[in-house]
Amino acid sequence: MKDVKSKNAAPGKQGGLNAEIQSRIGHQLRAMYDDVVRQGVPDRFAELIRKLDGAEPNPQLGTAGDKNDGRD
Amino acid sequence: MPLTDSLRDDILASVPSLRAFAISLSGNGDRADDLVQETLLRALANIDSFQPGSNLPAWLFTILRNLFRSDYRKRRREVEDADGSYAKTLKTQPAQSAHLEFEEFRAALDKLPQDQREALILVGASGFSYEDAAAICGCAVGTIKSRVNRARSKLSALLYVDGAEDFGPDETVRAVIGGSGG
Repeated sequence: MKDVKSKNAAPGKQGGLNAEIQSRIGHQLRAMYDDVVRQGVPDRFAELIRKLDGAEPNPQLGTAGDKNDGRD
Repeated sequence: MPLTDSLRDDILASVPSLRAFAISLSGNGDRADDLVQETLLRALANIDSFQPGSNLPAWLFTILRNLFRSDYRKRRREVEDADGSYAKTLKTQPAQSAHLEFEEFRAALDKLPQDQREALILVGASGFSYEDAAAICGCAVGTIKSRVNRARSKLSALLYVDGAEDFGPDETVRAVIGGSGG
């Protein structure tokens, strides 16, 4: 499995890490990742943090009860 | 530090990338979201140990990564053992090429050793520096660099080089790649 003996010698050859393949891999990796990032914050997590924060999930209360530790 | 409004907002702002990291690691959306949820619970429970001004995303990623490695490792193995599952998916849906390419990449990523996969994702997708990635993984910077390099070379072998059978019995993937040229 150690076919990388001579580092990146043999540029463009099979087994070597040619730049085009590497940029393609980088692109695919980011595409996969950014696809999820773009989904934003699902409600369940926003909700979760609000609850744990002790703030009511009531928009009217907003940040007023910041120090309120009164979660059940 | 206490959970201030701004810290809470920063944590929320990290959720999308935490999810992306979790999905990239686990390959499973439902599990990934459970993992993110558990990460948030831990983070909020231990918020006092977060140093103000330090790297919040790196702190959160560290929690998630450690959770994944401890609790999720066993489950993960089940998926790895079911090596043929992705190949089966490919066999049944050979026509959708964009989706297929994604599946191929996903399957190749899943073939990487855990250490290499997480290093590659942290550096190549999350955009962490080698130093931050090393801190998250609890290893030396040089170790991260070599893991990333090995991950890249293995992915290129799996995806783009003929003779990928050296890396596994995944003939389906290879056949598909051969067919679609590139």
